[in-house]
Amino acid sequence: MSTVVANTQTKATLAIQFGEFQNTASSEPIWLRDARKAAFEQFEFLPWPTSKDEEWRRTDIRAFKLSAFDLIQNQPAPTLDDLNAVGPLRDALAAHYATGIVQIAGQTTQPADSSKLGRVTLTDFQSALAIHGDLIKKHLFQTVKPEGDALAALHASIFRGGIVLYVPKGVKLEFPLYALSALTGNHRVDTSHTLIILEDDSEATLVHDLATTGESKPGLHLGAVEIVVGKNAHLKYVRIQNWDDKTWHFSRERAVVDAGGSIQWTIGGLGSRLSKVNQETALTGPKASAQVNGVMFTTGNQHLAYFTRQDHQAPNTTSDLLYKGGLSGKSRTVWKGMIAVEKDAQKTDAYQKNDSLVLSSHARADSIPGLEIEANDVRCTHGATAGQVDPEMVFYFQARGIPAETAKRLVVEGFFANVYDRISVEPVRESLRAAVAQKLAIGKS
Amino acid sequence: MSRKSLRIENLHVSVEGKSILRGVNLTINQGETHALMGPNGSGKSTLSYALMGHPNYEITDGSAFIDDVNLLDMEPDDRAKAGLFLAFQYPTSIPGVTMANFLRHAVTNVRMPDRKEGEDLISMRDFRKELKQKMDELGMDGEFARRYLNEGFSGGEKKRAEVLQLAMLQPAFAILDETDSGLDIDAVRVVSEGVNRVAKAQGTGVLVITHYQRILNYIQPQFVHILYGGKIVENGGPELVTTLELEGYDWIRAKYPNEAQIEDELESTVLTS
Ligand SMILES: Nc1ncnc2c1ncn2[C@@H]1O[C@H](COP(=O)(O)OP(=O)(O)OP(=O)(O)O)[C@@H](O)[C@H]1O
Ligand SMILES: [Mg+2]
Repeated sequence: MSTVVANTQTKATLAIQFGEFQNTASSEPIWLRDARKAAFEQFEFLPWPTSKDEEWRRTDIRAFKLSAFDLIQNQPAPTLDDLNAVGPLRDALAAHYATGIVQIAGQTTQPADSSKLGRVTLTDFQSALAIHGDLIKKHLFQTVKPEGDALAALHASIFRGGIVLYVPKGVKLEFPLYALSALTGNHRVDTSHTLIILEDDSEATLVHDLATTGESKPGLHLGAVEIVVGKNAHLKYVRIQNWDDKTWHFSRERAVVDAGGSIQWTIGGLGSRLSKVNQETALTGPKASAQVNGVMFTTGNQHLAYFTRQDHQAPNTTSDLLYKGGLSGKSRTVWKGMIAVEKDAQKTDAYQKNDSLVLSSHARADSIPGLEIEANDVRCTHGATAGQVDPEMVFYFQARGIPAETAKRLVVEGFFANVYDRISVEPVRESLRAAVAQKLAIGKS
Repeated sequence: MSRKSLRIENLHVSVEGKSILRGVNLTINQGETHALMGPNGSGKSTLSYALMGHPNYEITDGSAFIDDVNLLDMEPDDRAKAGLFLAFQYPTSIPGVTMANFLRHAVTNVRMPDRKEGEDLISMRDFRKELKQKMDELGMDGEFARRYLNEGFSGGEKKRAEVLQLAMLQPAFAILDETDSGLDIDAVRVVSEGVNRVAKAQGTGVLVITHYQRILNYIQPQFVHILYGGKIVENGGPELVTTLELEGYDWIRAKYPNEAQIEDELESTVLTS
């Protein structure tokens, strides 16, 4: 009862703040202001998630208070301190990539070098709105719908900033790009929106780090990722969530892939206090394909929940999902996967697998695969395993002088190797591997 | 450098409640080479595992020291740091961990025993150079460094990889548990030379566990021991090996009827289990 009252109050406060937000963002085009308003109405209408909802049954967010975060403030510009704090994160990326964009709490602090991008756009949301207004209008909120749930609606109504990657028809970007979305001690709320558009026959690779630097304080990411892959276009996207363990991470992510197109989409789940991520791929044209990878390593009291969908909506489409998790401490992961094959999607070939390695008796991994198949000529397979680190392996490491705890972590790293082996772009693979290795704390290489 | 001693006294070991070793006494000084022989199931690997600290092997009595360092109080990794090395009869596969990465961690830990977890590993450059040199000496293709440790290695390749690890870790004492089995004739020579090189450079005390004379032609033991019925029943020189080659274990059986009975009991539990 009391939480309902509290949320009613929060909603009332938010309604006032939303009005102010609309005033401060008055330079936005009318269509966007209208879309935000509609989304806010959705938010007011939609119930706040509770443990009675299937997606929130295992993921308890009662400790998450919207009122603790100044969601729709006109955030102060990042200071020199913020920039310095982000420096090392940026440098680690800049050393291996031609160019990239850096943002703190959704505000750009370092734009990408456009001289290297040619006809490709990698920029912040506001700039993209200015130069590609029609394109943004065409795609925004079309892939991830605000009416999904209260959090999605709230994001759509108040999101500030974000990253837009746009690759025009026929353009093949030959080098990978990076994006860094950072939170710092002063900037604790990121509501940014990621929009990736690859037109027909184009290609691109993007690694996207989400990371906290500086003092650890309660933080929030309330975001969305929309990806549109055109006909015969090919995207490789790696998104490494590496917030500190006081940050709440809510993210709805969906890609649509048209005929003959492909996406290789890899998620690293390392940080956050609690994550709730929906990672969905829709194959909307014949012969579209998706490879979806996940690597999670959790420690302490972390709780990471992933809901994946592989939507086969056209014939001869393939999807292959491999999620691997390592858990220590009292941490918990939840993976619920769904392969949905529509009636017309004959000759679908779909696969999903979730393997977990549990390092501590207090950690817990839940895996719930699922199939919904309406076509009759398909091949769909799924599997899930959960196990502990083989003590014979640990002994072998120990016999060579490597302590048991390090041994277990090296075994976990080895367990992830078949995900890494799938990622053919070297710097991208190394970015992911390095982030995981750092979380595993097994010594610098 | 003063020579260290590995002293095993009255060692009793049980596995899953079954008593296997019943009072093993053996002293190995650095610079010495010993051979340990004995029929299948007599407990040779049990001795190796127990010394290295495998959790399934319970020490019920006795002691094992390197000088005044009590091995039996230590975790296996600390035993390795104290200078003990075991080349396994059946090395474990480690999926996803390359031999190079594994060895870099191993070498770092053994050479810098006081290093704290998470601190830097030994320099990649120096490590690579050393690894390449040792692999060349053992006739191993450089590609093995990038392979996942023991994954899909042939029997002989696994044994070679064990000796490569020995060469990289340069221990004070090395136990080679049937390192010769599964090796072709040329490989026995190459691997033996590798062991001898380390032994000479480091003054490593070596215990070769084997069933065959062949490897002992290359790694020549000054001392030969026969494990039977849970005890070392015979201690001698290289002539013992020749006797075993010619006569098998029947004379041991006849000479040690009590141990023979124990050996039979062990065998029957093997057969029924
Ligand atoms: N983990 C175990 N569980 C049950 N029995 C075991 C285990 N390890 C060893 N044993 C038993 O202990 C006895 C000694 O085995 P061990 O492997 O030490 O013999 P070995 O002398 O090395 O033989 P081989 O020459 O065949 O290698 C055998 O009877 C074996 O079955
Ligand atoms: Mg044996």
